[in-house]
Amino acid sequence: MSENKSDTNAIGLTRTDYRGERSTLCPGCGHNTISAQILTACYEMGIDPHQIVKFSGIGCSSKSPTYFLSQSFGFNGLHGRMPSMALGAAFADTTMKVLGISGDGDTASIGLGQFKHLVRRNLPMVYIVENNGVYGLTKGQFSATSERGLELKHQGQNPFLPIDIAKEALIGNASFVARSFAGDPKQVRELLKAAFSHRGTAVLDIISPCVSFNNREDTLHSYQWGRQHEAPLHDIAYVPTRRAIILDEFKEGETKEVTLHDGSVVILKKLEHEYDPTEKWQALKMLEEAEKNRWLLTGLIYVDPEQPTLYDYLDLTEEPLNRISSEKLRPNWETLQKINQSML
Amino acid sequence: MVKDVETVHKDGPPQGTNVNDFCMTICTVNGSGSATANTTLLRSLFHMGIPVSGKNIFPSNIKGLPTWFSIRVSKDGYLARVAHDDIIVQMNPMTFKEDLKFNVSGGVVFYADHIDTTIDRDDVIAYPMPVQDLIKQADVPRNLQEYMQNMIYVGIVSQILGIEIDVVYQSLISQFKQKTSVAESNFAVVKLAADWAKENLEKKDKYRVETMPPLEGYIMADGNTAGALGAIYGGFQFCGWYPITPATSLAESLNIFAPTLRQDPKSGKNNFAIVQAEDELASIGMAVGAGWAGLRSMTSTSGPGISLMTEYMSLAYFAEVPVVVWDVQRVGPSTGLPTRTGQGDLLLDYYLGHGDTRHIVIIPSTVNECFEFGWRAFDIAEKYQTPVIVLSDLDLGMNIWMTKEFQYPDEPMDRGKVLWEEDLENFKRDWGRYLDVDGDGIPYRTLMGNRHEKAAYFARGTGHDEFGNYSEDPDVWRQNLDRIKLKLENSREHLPKPVFHMQDDAKIGLIAMGSTEPAILEAQDKLLAMGIATDYMRIRALPTSKEVLEFIKSHERNYVIELNQDGQLRQILITDYCEEISPLYSLAYIDGLPMTANYIIQAISEKEDI
Repeated sequence: MSENKSDTNAIGLTRTDYRGERSTLCPGCGHNTISAQILTACYEMGIDPHQIVKFSGIGCSSKSPTYFLSQSFGFNGLHGRMPSMALGAAFADTTMKVLGISGDGDTASIGLGQFKHLVRRNLPMVYIVENNGVYGLTKGQFSATSERGLELKHQGQNPFLPIDIAKEALIGNASFVARSFAGDPKQVRELLKAAFSHRGTAVLDIISPCVSFNNREDTLHSYQWGRQHEAPLHDIAYVPTRRAIILDEFKEGETKEVTLHDGSVVILKKLEHEYDPTEKWQALKMLEEAEKNRWLLTGLIYVDPEQPTLYDYLDLTEEPLNRISSEKLRPNWETLQKINQSML
Repeated sequence: MVKDVETVHKDGPPQGTNVNDFCMTICTVNGSGSATANTTLLRSLFHMGIPVSGKNIFPSNIKGLPTWFSIRVSKDGYLARVAHDDIIVQMNPMTFKEDLKFNVSGGVVFYADHIDTTIDRDDVIAYPMPVQDLIKQADVPRNLQEYMQNMIYVGIVSQILGIEIDVVYQSLISQFKQKTSVAESNFAVVKLAADWAKENLEKKDKYRVETMPPLEGYIMADGNTAGALGAIYGGFQFCGWYPITPATSLAESLNIFAPTLRQDPKSGKNNFAIVQAEDELASIGMAVGAGWAGLRSMTSTSGPGISLMTEYMSLAYFAEVPVVVWDVQRVGPSTGLPTRTGQGDLLLDYYLGHGDTRHIVIIPSTVNECFEFGWRAFDIAEKYQTPVIVLSDLDLGMNIWMTKEFQYPDEPMDRGKVLWEEDLENFKRDWGRYLDVDGDGIPYRTLMGNRHEKAAYFARGTGHDEFGNYSEDPDVWRQNLDRIKLKLENSREHLPKPVFHMQDDAKIGLIAMGSTEPAILEAQDKLLAMGIATDYMRIRALPTSKEVLEFIKSHERNYVIELNQDGQLRQILITDYCEEISPLYSLAYIDGLPMTANYIIQAISEKEDI
């Protein structure tokens, strides 16, 4: 990318302002690509890093939030229990953009319960699963997303069928479900932008190869398999406002548009088949078919931009709760006298 | 049967005139709607100015199993449980024979006359109650007959004991609040039954009540409601919770009271959020997240839930997150006795977590104190940037107690060391999230949403330096943990201090905590009458303050009285003061029921060879 270091985005920040610490993950790890795309998406969208708060669980993926957006607050929580922490914190200032980073070990095992309850409540946040089908930080054990038949050095052969995170999200009534591949950074970036614009929990299951423990060419979570078997549902382009759509690029009849809650538009360009990501049954059918045929199905699988969120039920003050003064939080003396009177 | 028969006869009938001094147990089937009737009797006695306590001994069940409600009436103000019954009100055929064993000689049995049984004791006075006949005479819809037949015993018992009918009416009105018509129809049944008793029963027993001067400044409330109200006046902003007996009614009380008390007056919108979580793993996760982000955050649970919260509590301790956790104790291990009371979580709570953790624990002993600690807990948690556990129990939390009315917080909120944009701009010293600039072990924290360029940091459970950066350096690790310990050590003198009840020339010290207080105060009086002077210290917080050691050292012998098997408070005191203390004996026991004075008297008599 030919980019001048002095280039700035819409809010006058440079890419440097979105950087984090140097990654300590293995060179070539899919997670590093995803970190880079998070940085790029936030930069290109002109999101103020102070407006983002990062959360993660435990594992290689969960280490990554320190490798981007140093100017954002963040909290590295417990294994599989990042959703609850993110949810509690989110109430402190509902204008913040919440970003959660998890992995397949973190989300699909101990975290499955919290994951399902997060999407059920539809807390507005971007929830990324960096899915490599293996436990990396503990050096190569099967995860719940490892495919049946996978052979690992010290583990033998995996006898169990995997958990499909996108399917779990969909059945759990998630309002935004996407799958992507770290080997397809452009798609990752566009889906991230759409996710940041979505009002509700946006689940991104990103196949992110582990170069140390699960990258043999014949395994589902490897770079090579992904490159050879990726089956995108559509070409995806995110445009911040409807006005910016350049019609030449997308001929009518070949595209489908989804308008998100903030007015941005996701343009989905038809590939081999018609696909409507607002049809849940079709989405489930596609996932079944992909599993049967061992395709790496990617793209925006399902979206419902208008599903009510957790905030809609709670009727909170506009002023962020964590900035409300103490005086406003303590009811007055008279109210307590009335309570005492009522308890005679 | 829940009571220990052995103790009845040792306990014996109370001395005195039997006026305003007896224990009455109402035996019913749970799910039959007797709670309203029992509370009516309790409140009526309270309205007559007579010190009174009510304890619900109930099964872990919704409908059909035996339940007992014991009302102790005591002109001297003794409110602890007693193991005998002067009066039994019997509505439950299943337990008739067994319950009768607890009746003192010369005692009274009111019994529903459709119960097909014989009374095999000739030393008790029996009054039949034609419950079914009377309820048919009353103008009560068929579907409400089962519930309202409890009002029959309210009427008959009131008539025989001398509870004024007007006072019963007032109690019903205050209980049903807005629903006057419901109060009226219940009262009609009470009146019918009282009139029947007046016509048909001849008073043969010695028990009665008399009006006393009004109990000015007292109210009737349970500890869970009080704790929730305290939290509301303490500015709670977030509660993540999961249902568990006996803590459920605490979070439910937040749901009842917060919407009216805590709406922003201008916008009419809420300045708090309450979320029922999927489990305790999540409720503590939510609470820690909210506490980290700057909200006054809490959760409530009981022992099993505390176990599930352990890992997040370790993280909160180490990442220095303020959060308030109510542990309303029941009896464990495991499901144990979920509807009984105990003090078996103290050690678990104090050291909750892996690695090196030690939490601030504050321990209320009255309903009034549940309110006070409800708000004070947030000040402590935010001041020291650490979890605070409020240790209550089922007896305190779920039973209705006569208690001093709630006092409005007399201190402004202490939000601790928080830096917003302007504060950070004007901060003249280096700032790091874990940098101890004041030398008190307490660093300054910034909160999510702060837009100052230096504000953001990454909180973590991994080793970190003073600026929140990842570190595995041994010195950094040790210094950080030492600073956290310093912070906790410094808290000792600023937590709720012990409360003392001293007697002249006492050589014996009694040490306790929480809801055993009424039993101990009563035992102190009665031991003194037996010639044993005692001093009593009630510990209200861990870690303990210097007065605790002074008390222990100033007595020849100390007894630590607690409701658990292994003497957990004693273990903590020994651990803290092992090199300095005089003999410290354990008087611990656990059977799921509240402490009795008689147990203390007997145990001390035995130890003191009297």
